[in-house]
Amino acid sequence: MYFGKVIGNVWATKKYEALFSMKMMIVQPISAELESLGEPIIAVDTVGAGPGEIVVYITASEAVIPLPVDFAPVDASIVGIVDTINLAH
Amino acid sequence: MILGKVIGTVWSTKKDENLVGSKLLIVRQLSLDFKEKENFVVAVDSVGAGEGEIVLVATGSSARQTNITKNRPVDAVVMAIVDKLDIPVNQ
Repeated sequence: MYFGKVIGNVWATKKYEALFSMKMMIVQPISAELESLGEPIIAVDTVGAGPGEIVVYITASEAVIPLPVDFAPVDASIVGIVDTINLAH
Repeated sequence: MILGKVIGTVWSTKKDENLVGSKLLIVRQLSLDFKEKENFVVAVDSVGAGEGEIVLVATGSSARQTNITKNRPVDAVVMAIVDKLDIPVNQ
């Protein structure tokens, strides 16, 4: 699981049939200190996250598990909205 | 998933028999402002994407989770055609 910040969403009318009505968000990976890490990715949203929110997302084939379907070509999905991060320094 | 642009197709007559009938697309990765990056992938098409279209590509074992690519030797699949990106400036 990784931290990310939702920076936008993707409009795609034509997509694989199992993905019908799923929301796809642009997520910038970030560190626990909220600094950007690498390139933005696109992830399916399962928790109702919006732009500006810090989220937890998962990648690889596990990303299908939180979806309402059990068979879909999804390699990243948002599974939680972060309220606070406590770091022991 | 990654954002990309279809820049061509691949013709391949001799290939794994499980790939027969799959349309192979060359997809160049794009940044969020639609600038082309250096890297590209060859991906199987599941939505009927054509040359010049902006698409999303799912990679890894997730790419096998379509009826077209199930149990086939595939690690990248085009699964959406992008209409537009909405990126609010004030966050």
